[in-house]
Amino acid sequence: MNMDRDFVDIGSVDDVPVRGARLVKTRAETIAVFKTASGDIFAIEDKCPHLAGPLSQGIVHDGSVTCPLHNLVIDLASGVAQGPDGGCVKTYPINIVDGRILIKPIKMPREKVA
Amino acid sequence: MADGPAEETMAPDIVDMPKRQKLVVVGNGMAPGRMLEELLKKSPRLYDITIFNAEPRVNYDRIMLSPVLSAEKSFDDIIIHDDDWYAANSITLHKGKRVARIDRAAKVVEAEDGTTAPYDRLVLATGSSPFIIPVPGHDLPGVLAYRDLDDVDAMVAAAEQGGRAVVIGGGLLGLEAAAGLQMRGMDVTVIHLMPTLMERQLDVAAGHLLRQAVEARGITVLTEANTQSITAGDGRVSGVQLEDGQHLPADIVVMAVGIKPSSAIAGDAGLTVGRGICVDDTLCTSDPAVSAVGECVEHRGMCYGLVAPLYEMAKTLAANLAGEEASYTGSITSTKLKVTGINLFSAGDFAEAEGREEIVLRDASNGVYRRLVLEDNKIIGAVLYGDVADGAWFFDLIKRQTDISEMRDTVIFGQGFTGGTPLDPTAAVAALPDDGEICGCNGICKGTIVEAIGELGLKDVEGVRTHTKASASCGSCTGLVEQLLTLSLGDDYDPAGVQPMCGCTDLGHGDVRRLIVAKELKTIPDVMQELEWKSSCGCAKCRPALNYYLLASWPGEYIDDSQSRFINERVHANIQKDGTYSVVPRMWGGITSAAELRAIADVTDKFNVPTVKVTGGQRIDLLGIQKEDLPAVWADLNAAGLVSGHAYGKALRTVKTCVGTDWCRFGTQDSTGLGIRIEKFMWGSWTPAKVKMAVSGCPRNCSEATCKDVGVICVDSGYEVHFAGAAGLEIKGTVVLGHATTEDEALEIIVAVTQLYREQGYYLERIHKWAARVGVDTVREQIMDDMDRRTALFERFVYSQKFSQTDPWAERVQGDQAHEFMPLADLTRMQAAE
Repeated sequence: MNMDRDFVDIGSVDDVPVRGARLVKTRAETIAVFKTASGDIFAIEDKCPHLAGPLSQGIVHDGSVTCPLHNLVIDLASGVAQGPDGGCVKTYPINIVDGRILIKPIKMPREKVA
Repeated sequence: MADGPAEETMAPDIVDMPKRQKLVVVGNGMAPGRMLEELLKKSPRLYDITIFNAEPRVNYDRIMLSPVLSAEKSFDDIIIHDDDWYAANSITLHKGKRVARIDRAAKVVEAEDGTTAPYDRLVLATGSSPFIIPVPGHDLPGVLAYRDLDDVDAMVAAAEQGGRAVVIGGGLLGLEAAAGLQMRGMDVTVIHLMPTLMERQLDVAAGHLLRQAVEARGITVLTEANTQSITAGDGRVSGVQLEDGQHLPADIVVMAVGIKPSSAIAGDAGLTVGRGICVDDTLCTSDPAVSAVGECVEHRGMCYGLVAPLYEMAKTLAANLAGEEASYTGSITSTKLKVTGINLFSAGDFAEAEGREEIVLRDASNGVYRRLVLEDNKIIGAVLYGDVADGAWFFDLIKRQTDISEMRDTVIFGQGFTGGTPLDPTAAVAALPDDGEICGCNGICKGTIVEAIGELGLKDVEGVRTHTKASASCGSCTGLVEQLLTLSLGDDYDPAGVQPMCGCTDLGHGDVRRLIVAKELKTIPDVMQELEWKSSCGCAKCRPALNYYLLASWPGEYIDDSQSRFINERVHANIQKDGTYSVVPRMWGGITSAAELRAIADVTDKFNVPTVKVTGGQRIDLLGIQKEDLPAVWADLNAAGLVSGHAYGKALRTVKTCVGTDWCRFGTQDSTGLGIRIEKFMWGSWTPAKVKMAVSGCPRNCSEATCKDVGVICVDSGYEVHFAGAAGLEIKGTVVLGHATTEDEALEIIVAVTQLYREQGYYLERIHKWAARVGVDTVREQIMDDMDRRTALFERFVYSQKFSQTDPWAERVQGDQAHEFMPLADLTRMQAAE
């Protein structure tokens, strides 16, 4: 089991509603933690690449979320926006250990652990 | 439907030419209806037309009775000509008058009630009657035929009691009746004299596949079963006794063993009659002044019971009546079974005989079966089961007598695999010649449709239906028509409105709504499973729509799926561009008080609400509230008696009022009181799109009621109820729905029209769009003329309100959905410490 020190326990898998999302606040940003219909957990920044809409408030379908402001569809696994306009949201690595969600709440490239 | 393009070239009536000839039509089914359409198109003013209809109603699409029986369509959906059409074409329609006698010497027909009509030309279109096997008990109450709307009504009434039905006859009609009764909840057994079902249209193998599919729906099938008698108990039917000794208990028995042409009055009048009324190729009977058309006809020894040949006859007869020369030489027919979920197509002749060969494709596990019967390298018959998409193509090859030697190796796989034609369905349609038939029912070719799209600037399926009739009867060629629209218009073809709800399904909103009710689908996963959704859990377009449809269809039963609601409805506030929310408490009829205003002021201070604004709907909006603060804001507002205003919902928003007789010197009624009463009665109800209402105390209309979804203008004599206005993306004045003399009556009308909209509207379709789609007159008839309907609608609304009038704010203050408002984790401190 990966007990990487950078992973933080943010709560139980059961605390996130199916086809819904919960928020994790950090000093830098707000992270939206999603659970899909199939029970998969994803974490992406709660900020649409279009006009910064709170993605956590959108409707979750299959592996995607539709932004509540202007209906951009974001793929939860990659953070990539579908459609011609493109754009990409930051994603966060996740570990599920014994039903707990562990998240690495930092931007991977810049703050890579030495 | 009733378009009269030739009108402008005609002289006005006053300077009209010689006296018109009198055309009398006996019968008002689909064949004479089509004949008259064609005739009016050719020569709109040649005849004074009188119709005698034994049924007490207008002309309707008889082949769509099965969907009416199975509750997938309503009678209104299948009307071909409404009363307005007869009026617009100056046709005298005698409803419910059966013709008893024809006096050919005097050229007069006489109905049973004594009504007479003289004629110059007479058209007999008496149709057919169901064949009733003359076994003992055939005339017992509870033994029904399946022929017209009265039969369907009788079956629906019986099905409401539940119980057992026996359908005698395993042909097209019998199976459609059985499926309909089964969908209405009855326990159904089909008994059939022959060894396999639909043996006239299907070969043995397809008959077996069909039997399996029918049985899989829960219908019992008994073949080679001969009815000995129908048994009685308590003066009505109690069961069916078979010759082999079996007794099948039954609450109703439906006889669907066939039809026979109705030719009695023709025979009585001395016309030549065989199995039907004998006609020549011009559809003339043995009397040159008398023609016949439709199922009552015997032509070259054949009698037809399918719509396509009847329409071909209608066209020929119309041309002859208009003075042209046309002849009818008989038809090759094709059949489709209209049972949802069972796909079956057959055409031509597929009996085994000397010199005939066949090509067969079977894929039992996929439930696909295809058989082509060949003679001299031409296809003369085709049976398709399971995948019937190539039906039109095979039918075309049959009718054209195409030599298929070149493609014999692949022809069975269909058009997509033959001659290198690509699999793309649009390309397949593109490859069809201009005279390739698209609509079998109406005999409409590709060229006619493409021409109509180009010349008339048609943009959608509805337009093509109206102008060419293609896909207007059984509707199974709708897909082909859509492909022709795509081919002709390219990207200009905007499928909105007639098209799929979203990318997850091919079904439109109307179909989905109907099927939810007909198939009793009660959860979103059920809908997606049963209606074969293409995505695993829908999308942001279809899920909120399905959630609404289920909520509206099954009040008290369906459990609202909050994750399928748009965020505003999920958290009961309006999301703003910065992710904060706005909060609008209800102010009943726009009336407020010092206590309420004080509570709003206190909330504003306490939560640092940046903007407080008066809305257009006579209430107050608090903007810029953080999501986490919502429950606390609501708690404070609740404490002052303020509840959710549903400003965020596809729901009843506001009822604007003026001060009416309370204060105004012009007020005629208590408009404020009525507005408050409406709002208190209707708040909390979910609707397809937002609903805004207003009540004005006099025609000066200070509350602007005439641009609302529903508006009331009070007048001295009572209340004028308006609806279908708009003042948003579109500006549209309301139309008057009706007049009420009391406040109670006004409320009942308003509630009933809202409920009708709740039941019929497509998700996000405002009332004015819905009214335009279904027709303002249709709405008015149901609400103002049909008191039973109005009462039933009102009661359904009241019932559903039992489950919706709970303040969602109060529920959340109590802790409901708490996860929505609290972060899962707050790492700001932790990171600060690092």
